[in-house]
Amino acid sequence: MRRNDHRAHGHPSWWAFWLHRVSGLLLALFLPLHFLALGQALRGPGALEGFLRFADAPLVKLAEWGLVTLLALHLTGGVRLLLIEFGRASDLRKNWIAGGIGVAFATGLAFALSLLS
Amino acid sequence: MQDKTLDVRIWRGQGPDDGGRFVDYTVPRLDSQTVLDVVTHVQRVLDPTLSYRFACRVGMCGSCAMSVNGQARWTCRTHVAKVVGGDGDVLEIAPLANLPVVKDLATDMTGFFDKWARARGQFQGAQTRQDDFARVSPATPERQAADAGIECIGCGVCYGSCDVVQWRPDFLGPAALNRAWTLVNDVRDTARTDRLRAVAGDAGCHSCHTQGSCTERCPKGIAPTLAIAGLKRTVARAAVKGEL
Amino acid sequence: MAQARRWYWQRISAMVLALCVVLHLAGMVWAVRGGLSAAEILSRTQGNLLFAGFYTVFVLACAVHVPIGLVSIAREWWRWSPMAAAWFARIVTAALLLLGLRAVWGAYAPGA
Repeated sequence: MRRNDHRAHGHPSWWAFWLHRVSGLLLALFLPLHFLALGQALRGPGALEGFLRFADAPLVKLAEWGLVTLLALHLTGGVRLLLIEFGRASDLRKNWIAGGIGVAFATGLAFALSLLS
Repeated sequence: MQDKTLDVRIWRGQGPDDGGRFVDYTVPRLDSQTVLDVVTHVQRVLDPTLSYRFACRVGMCGSCAMSVNGQARWTCRTHVAKVVGGDGDVLEIAPLANLPVVKDLATDMTGFFDKWARARGQFQGAQTRQDDFARVSPATPERQAADAGIECIGCGVCYGSCDVVQWRPDFLGPAALNRAWTLVNDVRDTARTDRLRAVAGDAGCHSCHTQGSCTERCPKGIAPTLAIAGLKRTVARAAVKGEL
Repeated sequence: MAQARRWYWQRISAMVLALCVVLHLAGMVWAVRGGLSAAEILSRTQGNLLFAGFYTVFVLACAVHVPIGLVSIAREWWRWSPMAAAWFARIVTAALLLLGLRAVWGAYAPGA
């Protein structure tokens, strides 16, 4: 049987699905590392401080911004899904996709500004 | 004067075991021309061995559904000008995705309708011809929900557009679930519990990821995504109440 | 019915997480100002029952929500068998609970 390719995927709701899934996957990969890093505190404040100084590197700061943005994206996309599934949406709420992305990047920006302060 | 031509690639395959391949044809390009016109021209003038389905050719029956440039459409309602840009662009015509291919552009819809039955997509009533007519107000939320989905003619475009159908071969699919939703909202129907159980199984509504390709492509403007969301809610509520 | 259960628990945990994540992100945007130091963090979290309670709920919700999402990906995109995906989910759940609760304890436990 024939399979669909990217030409069947070129619409906002599909991209919202893809973004939600990929952001979730990346966050799932990150989360254990996040827990491990915080768990360093068990070795005393020195161990945690050592990790935080490593995290001062610009590349790490960029990654942190990326993760905050991914989390915010996953959140807003998820809220849209919850509203479609539990609310009484009359369409696919594509405007919420745009709004959600906007809010997510605004959150990332707020975080970036805090980081740089 | 040079008559304009259109380059077409049409999927040819002898059956489900034949890998199949695209074959190129050149047809006259006309000002007002549908994709079905193109297929018809190829079969009547260029290659009588081409197999395809159509019936009404006016956008009522859904028989002519095919994959046009990778998107499921009714070919009788798709103007070539809409899917082909400038000269030199190729029009690609293939059978609907996610269905076994019988031959060329004709797919086997058996599985599609089997899933319709598995989702309990049939009305079951308690009245007989001796009883009075049922009185159903069109204004109630239930009837509006049902009316939003009952125009489905089972063309298969939504089913052919859904990734979850491709990833999970058992998934009942948008059309069957949409039909189940219209019946769940039919106050005359007496098979509600059985139907909710049917759509709550592992192949049921909970596998839908709200990709929305079905809603995006439905030629009748139905939103199976929302019907499936309704089923998810209704099944959850019934399960929590212990009805299932 | 397993899909229905998965869907249900993922949506419930999603609602919990929506709240937790909003609070967490707000907190992080606020906390990260002027740089982070272990002393700063620990001074806020050690002995703080509210902190521990909130993040315990957060970890539990993650431990429910993340494996269910991963199972879908494993079955649909990576074509894993139902059994492989189920074991994957169990391992991820255990890992998140272990590492997450350890992290909460690490930040809460007074004096180190």
